Amino acid sequence: MGKVLVVTSGKGGVGKTTSTAALGAALARGGENVVVIDFDVGLRNLDLVMGAERRVVFDLINVVQGDAKLAQALIRDKRIDTLSLLPASQTRDKDALTIEGVDKVIAELKEKFDWVICDSPAGIERGALLAMRNADLAVVVTNPEVSSVRDSDRIIGMLDSKTLKAERGERIEKFLLVTRYDPQRAARNEMLKVEDVLEILSIPLLGIIPESEEVLKASNVGAPVTLNNPNSAPSKAYFDAARRLKGETVEVVVPMDRKGFMGRLFGRRVA
Amino acid sequence: MSLFDIFRKRTTAPVARDRLQVLLAHERSVIGKSDLIAVLQEEILAVIARHISVDRDAVQIKLDRGASFSTLEIDVEVPLDAKMKKPATGAGVPASV
Ligand SMILES: Nc1ncnc2c1ncn2[C@@H]1O[C@H](COP(=O)(O)OP(=O)(O)OP(=O)(O)O)[C@@H](O)[C@H]1O
Ligand SMILES: [Mg+2]
Repeated sequence: MGKVLVVTSGKGGVGKTTSTAALGAALARGGENVVVIDFDVGLRNLDLVMGAERRVVFDLINVVQGDAKLAQALIRDKRIDTLSLLPASQTRDKDALTIEGVDKVIAELKEKFDWVICDSPAGIERGALLAMRNADLAVVVTNPEVSSVRDSDRIIGMLDSKTLKAERGERIEKFLLVTRYDPQRAARNEMLKVEDVLEILSIPLLGIIPESEEVLKASNVGAPVTLNNPNSAPSKAYFDAARRLKGETVEVVVPMDRKGFMGRLFGRRVA
Repeated sequence: MSLFDIFRKRTTAPVARDRLQVLLAHERSVIGKSDLIAVLQEEILAVIARHISVDRDAVQIKLDRGASFSTLEIDVEVPLDAKMKKPATGAGVPASV
């Protein structure tokens, strides 16, 4: 029986979709059977980030409504055959997702995969609730910045009250993933410190993903960053985070990309 | 390989532009479902995909308007290793698990 993981944040644009693709691919590379599901109906992007946009025929809503079978809608990754994508609908109304339908699809996916990773839409509305509903674990994606931390706090509260696990009186495992972390700005005291964010939100740290141009490059070509450049700084951080998800103990470090000439010059000037 | 190719290889933005052009050309025509061709394209693709595994580029549809009648040209590229999928339920009928 697979585990259901929701990648959520409240605030938009903090790195949920990037992290879903990167963690999914990292786990799949380690031999786990993984499916990533896009819950962002109407604004799907996980297919683009994974490079599968031209292969989408059926989507989550088709499956929920019984117009297609799950096997027909699942898109298997061309690079790693243990990684699959269930895309969201781009054209349908998001109210077409029903609670019963989603529960049924997730139950079926749990039979087939070790990990069912749900990419939540931003916000705290129905879409975000549907994405987190069946979760056993949650990755709360947060940028070190006040509004993101505030929204994460709100989402943590919802994870503790609005999920099936919470309703059954069980505890949902929650992890903090700090993304778009800029070590230079942190050193200059211009950005919230990870320790401060951790203290405020008080959930365990899954990892710190540095701000890196490798993320943009990977999305340009349509590959999770952990596949496109596995040795880059964000990829190393995502691979470590994936190992922690599997229960391994891995020391948290912030990997850094090797600086180019400009970076070194700049670094020296501010030091 | 020309110098231009080397330059292209190293940068990712042109890849992003090409991918977006293809995708958006398609999505703009489908969203709102005003365009008859877009609707046909989607529905025909869905019918074919129910039986064989195809990418969405595999189905091309063209409507040629003539003086007295129009012809609808449907071009389906079937991969050599096309596998017959298990028969599926039709639209509206809940899929059995
Ligand atoms: N570590 C990083 N370094 C640099 N850019 C990043 C990083 N993580 C994410 N980004 C960029 O931030 C933007 C938003 O990322 P993403 O789409 O993953 O966020 P999201 O939380 O899924 O957004 P939404 O709420 O709209 O679904 C993208 O342009 C992405 O490339
Ligand atoms: Mg997203």
